[in-house]
Amino acid sequence: MKLEVSGLNSFYGQAHILFDVGFEVGEGEVVALLGRNGAGKSTSFRSVVGLVPNRSGKVVFEGEDVSRLPPYEIARRGLGYVPEDRRIFTELTVEENFEVGRQEARPGVATWMPERIYALFPNLGEMRKRPGGHMSGGEQQMLTIGRTLMGNPSMVLLDEPSEGLAPKIVEQMADAIMTMKKEGLSIVISEQNLHFAKLISDRAYIIEKGRIRFSGTIGELEANPEIRDAYLAV
Amino acid sequence: MDFLLIQALSGLASAASLFLVASGLSIIFGVTRIVNFAHGAFYMLGAYAAFTLTDRFAGPLGFWGGLLVASLAVAAVGALMEVVLLRRIYQAPELFQLLATFGVTLMVQDLVVLIWGPDDLMGPRAPGFTGAFSLFGRLVPTYDILLILLGPVVLGLLWLLFHRTRWGVLVRAATQDREMVSSLGVNQKWLFTSVFALGVFLAALGGALQIPRTTVTHYMDLSIIVEVFVVVVIGGLGSVTGAFVAAVLVSELNAFGILVLPKISMITVFLVMAVVLVVRPWGLFGKPDAAPRASAGISVRPWKPMSALERGGVALVVLLAALLPFVSGSYALSVGSEILVFVLFAASLHFMMTVGGLASFGHAAYFGLGAYGAAFAVTYFGVPMEAALVLGPVLGLVGAVLFGWFCVRLSGVYFAMLTLAFAQITWSIAFQWVEVTGGDNGILGIWPSAWASTPQGFYWLALGVVVVGVAVLRMLVFSPFGFGLRAARDSGLRAEAIGIDAKRTQWAAFVVAGTFAGIAGALFAFLKGSVFPETLAIPMSVDGLVMVLLGGIETVSGAVVGAVVYKALAIWLMSQTELSKLVLGGIIVLLVVAFPKGIVGFIEDWRHRRPPAPNGAGPEAMGIAKVEAAQ
Ligand SMILES: Nc1ncnc2c1ncn2[C@@H]1O[C@H](COP(=O)(O)OP(=O)(O)OP(=O)(O)O)[C@@H](O)[C@H]1O
Ligand SMILES: [Mg+2]
Repeated sequence: MKLEVSGLNSFYGQAHILFDVGFEVGEGEVVALLGRNGAGKSTSFRSVVGLVPNRSGKVVFEGEDVSRLPPYEIARRGLGYVPEDRRIFTELTVEENFEVGRQEARPGVATWMPERIYALFPNLGEMRKRPGGHMSGGEQQMLTIGRTLMGNPSMVLLDEPSEGLAPKIVEQMADAIMTMKKEGLSIVISEQNLHFAKLISDRAYIIEKGRIRFSGTIGELEANPEIRDAYLAV
Repeated sequence: MDFLLIQALSGLASAASLFLVASGLSIIFGVTRIVNFAHGAFYMLGAYAAFTLTDRFAGPLGFWGGLLVASLAVAAVGALMEVVLLRRIYQAPELFQLLATFGVTLMVQDLVVLIWGPDDLMGPRAPGFTGAFSLFGRLVPTYDILLILLGPVVLGLLWLLFHRTRWGVLVRAATQDREMVSSLGVNQKWLFTSVFALGVFLAALGGALQIPRTTVTHYMDLSIIVEVFVVVVIGGLGSVTGAFVAAVLVSELNAFGILVLPKISMITVFLVMAVVLVVRPWGLFGKPDAAPRASAGISVRPWKPMSALERGGVALVVLLAALLPFVSGSYALSVGSEILVFVLFAASLHFMMTVGGLASFGHAAYFGLGAYGAAFAVTYFGVPMEAALVLGPVLGLVGAVLFGWFCVRLSGVYFAMLTLAFAQITWSIAFQWVEVTGGDNGILGIWPSAWASTPQGFYWLALGVVVVGVAVLRMLVFSPFGFGLRAARDSGLRAEAIGIDAKRTQWAAFVVAGTFAGIAGALFAFLKGSVFPETLAIPMSVDGLVMVLLGGIETVSGAVVGAVVYKALAIWLMSQTELSKLVLGGIIVLLVVAFPKGIVGFIEDWRHRRPPAPNGAGPEAMGIAKVEAAQ
């Protein structure tokens, strides 16, 4: 297993948000974490990468328990995180954003250079000197993914990569994720519905009110519309 | 015309050091979100260290090398402070961070005197830049020209550092979003330490470069830090370019202000700062979103009116205090009166800090204005004590109305810096306007009326005024005004939605607090029989803060207890040791480290460990969750 999460309980202040959340991702697999607004998708991702200070549970990445490590140590082990609100550095140019994400090459893992990322997202190649704040939402989404790739991760968590994007950009995004998969990356994406997730995912989990409610293949999910209607947005 | 040019050049030369120190403060704040009060202390240490090194090693290499080595050494001290002290308190409320670095400042002040002695020191001239050249028949020191050129050079170097190196890119990224930077695999700890070292290096270099121009003194830290605060408020906290432009602006205003109003040159700077704040509250080059989190949530426990038992307890304490003159001598009574005065001072600050969420670093201004007001009333209008005790605080009120209007436009550290700057401006007026205030010599002969002239009489007077004052403040806390104030503190927008004008309410709280501080100040003038500029000085403001924080910020009684404990301790320390600032600074630092979440946070943690009480638990838990969410 690439990533094994179990018994995750997370809190924001006094509020208990995640209840015994667990999921697994195999080597090279693309897994979707699905759920409605406020279901706990982002909190799950943030808990895995060490950004929720108040949490308990186990996060095993490549056989190592990383649940006590600070975020930068987790990132350096090759677990990349792309936040939902993009959080690009608005004052920094495209190139500088990439520089912040840059890490040493990691043996056995695809190494990313800015040129390879421009090949993946040609739009970015045309605006290398532009500050991140002066880019469209779609371009910013590409930038934030590229920035994480610059750390040469072996796995990435993508939080709602299709959110608020035009259909044409969504297609481009799906292609890019498939390319990343071909490069050998393991990927978890979070989405509110199946539309985008079913294009790229092998398996899916559904989270609702901080609990995992369903686990299975995309095919099983499509065969059970009542589950979809109960837990997902349309 | 030529005279004006010379004056402008001299202003530009002063701007260089000011820019170095201010840019260092800005860079540190940008990444760590800490306003480093000790920045002035590092500036001073840079000057002292450079003095020692250049004194020992003569020649150009000795001089320039000495400046550089001195600055590097001080930067190392700064890095050490970051690792040992600041790393423990990055999560603490910003008020505590300011206070901790202030504690360091106090310690450095005593240490400097201990190491280099109390006398002013004259450094060597810079080799190769000892002369002056003639411009329109006037002499301009060549060293000034060097400094004038240095400012833009440093600005350029900093630009290159931040735009052309990986380190600089990481720093700029961390200035915007620290958490994201760490999720991308960057170890922030060392980024913070290196940023801090760079900032301190700039401050120390600013100090070291001053030694050929001015004497090295052990009070140069406070004078620079106030100017630096003014510079970053005008230029925008976190902006290096802003620091440069504002440093030039402030230095030129100082240079020409001397010509227009020789006695009170700070006034011109004040006026410009006021205009900038009204037009762009976040400074010329700052960004509105860079404004730090407000210091909301400093008190989270819902307020409860006193129970009958508590009322009885308070009455008993007051009664016992009233009986003190029957059992103690006159020294103890005068100490007692002084403590009472500070109880009222602390209670007034507490009122605006906890209920209003406005943590002032310059509350002494209103205390001092009250004292000077009383002194003016006696000296210039010949009124008796009773009238002066009423007229004096009016000056505090007027000051609070004027300054408060500007201050409440800001929040958090900006608010703290601005209140401090206003207090220091008031101080410099009292210090410089000798005709009216007597300057350093103060105003003497402010004696109480006959009935209050014995230690007993004055003690009872003070007790009466203070008990009534604290009671009124406490009633205000529970009045609709007090609730409105808390609403404004917790969420300005929400308060507006329910029809409370947040700014106006906070302004009113500022004025109330200033007036009560003025009453305490007027009493203080009669207690001492005199008034000096020290009543308005920074240490007085910080005394007030420490009292409030020490006692616990949650209840009015906290301020009272804090004032009694702290003032008694301070008076005792003064009588025991020459190094009272060192000890006091050390105590402040230790307190902040021991309670890194603030005393309230400490109590809250402690309360959480206990099972919640069945009745009061619900709303309390909600209040806590809300506050944490706000953070
Ligand atoms: N900083 C926070 N403080 C308190 N509660 C929070 C915080 N962030 C999220 N929550 C709460 O945690 C729950 C889960 O939120 P989360 O952001 O994980 O949901 P999500 O599934 O990512 O939703 P969305 O699809 O809207 O992004 C929600 O009820 C939300 O209100
Ligand atoms: Mg989310």
